[in-house]
Amino acid sequence: MTNNSGVTPRSAHVVPRHRADHRADSEQQSPVARPLDAEAAVVVERLHVARGGRTVLPELSFTVPRGQVTGLLGPSGGGKTTLMRALVGVQRVTSGQVRVLGLPAGTPALRSRVGYVTQSPSVYGDLTVAENLRFFARLLHAPFTDIEAVVGQVDLAGHADDLVQRLSGGQRSRVSLAVALLGRPEMLVLDEPTVGLDPVLRRDLWEMFHRLADEGTTLLVSSHVMDEATRCDRLLLLREGELVADDSPGVLLDRTGAVDVESAFLAVIDARTDRRAEVPA
Amino acid sequence: MRAPMAPAATLAVTTRVLNQLRRDHRTMAMLIVIPCVLLTLLWWMFDGDDQTFNRFGPPLLAMFPFIIMFLVTSVTTLRERSSGTLERLLTTPMGKADLLAGYALAFGAVAVLQAVVAVVLTVGLLGMDVRGPIWVLAVVAVLDAILGSALGLLVSAFAATEFQAVQFMPAFVLPQVLLCGLFVPRESLPDVLSVVSDVLPLSYAVDAMREVQTESSWTSGLSVDVGVIAGSGLVALALASATLRRRTA
Repeated sequence: MTNNSGVTPRSAHVVPRHRADHRADSEQQSPVARPLDAEAAVVVERLHVARGGRTVLPELSFTVPRGQVTGLLGPSGGGKTTLMRALVGVQRVTSGQVRVLGLPAGTPALRSRVGYVTQSPSVYGDLTVAENLRFFARLLHAPFTDIEAVVGQVDLAGHADDLVQRLSGGQRSRVSLAVALLGRPEMLVLDEPTVGLDPVLRRDLWEMFHRLADEGTTLLVSSHVMDEATRCDRLLLLREGELVADDSPGVLLDRTGAVDVESAFLAVIDARTDRRAEVPA
Repeated sequence: MRAPMAPAATLAVTTRVLNQLRRDHRTMAMLIVIPCVLLTLLWWMFDGDDQTFNRFGPPLLAMFPFIIMFLVTSVTTLRERSSGTLERLLTTPMGKADLLAGYALAFGAVAVLQAVVAVVLTVGLLGMDVRGPIWVLAVVAVLDAILGSALGLLVSAFAATEFQAVQFMPAFVLPQVLLCGLFVPRESLPDVLSVVSDVLPLSYAVDAMREVQTESSWTSGLSVDVGVIAGSGLVALALASATLRRRTA
């Protein structure tokens, strides 16, 4: 296989230090007109989504800062996947605005800048790991040199020529993650990427997430495992389509006086339920 | 703005689908062997009655690749949908037309193999009489198979489950089989059905086969038939591309 590194629009964006410098420069030059690049990675305003006649997201507004690992936590059925689908532009939304990296979600220009991993691994079982990656690399205009790198990043170096259907569930989901890493997208939207992985691998992946964030990548990672919350820079707690908390883990624990995120989550919900109960009285 | 299609993406899809088929030995064998077995069965049924075999051979040579490719394609694309890979593909820069054209090219390549083997068998071994050039018979068979793939791609967009996808075969294909002139010559059909038969693409596939059988050169009638088959395939692909939605509920 030849390396088509002549076309690398994805990796061209990942020069974080340089991009930050550039941003500072342009802000100095024109302090009034804020460049689009300075906007938060995700800006959601009054997002309403209904699926099958049932409201999944009633009216959601929040932002996700750039270059951080933001955790999207909450019980399953709370709207995490629907929200992530809206961010990558495959969810039909009823109303509201979703902007990603300064552009409306789902804009063609975003498709090579945002990597998305669905909850169940979406790769081809009847192809090898390398064949899957070569296929997606061609679609994403990512250089083939990325393939070896991402296989290493998800710790599958010895499995490049294995058929995906012969791998374990955890390995399959890592192949799916590797596809999203191709071309070094500026933003990663990961739906429960650590489900079914052993503790060592989970730790390694979270370390990798932070390494990517340090290099300027924005990550939105969903999980229903509360102990993963402390590994995030920022937390969004989603329950029944409503954002019940939007804080850093430390602030959330301080505010609720809870010992861990799970108790904090319960405290926040109890407080809301009490408030609601008081309203009619 | 981005072009709706990019040859590199189309070829990436084609290569991938062919890679998958290459691994699936059983499916590949069935794609090639089943039409041959059915045509041999037909020849055997009319044991020694060359006239009847010559009458039924050409329409069935048009029909088998059409039906088989319709089924294979509708199931394959449904698998893409249910495995979640379709959703992922739609979040990449790939155009929707690239996906469908990529599939059509891959199945077209399989169709060439299938058609050449079936034509060599029926004309070479089973002795079906053909006045026209043999290669035209193969070209028409390939076009029929591609048309079957294109229709399969189109209807799979409307199927939510494997059960529904398989049901589209009796719904979309069998009426065409009944009205294509195999059982009753198209001229002898009741007026309404004759009109319906005129708008169904398989009718032109069967007409084209008969044309090659009876005429020694490429006729204008054959041009019309081939044009209609190819045109219907392109229309089906365009419709399939238009009905594929990036955003779903």
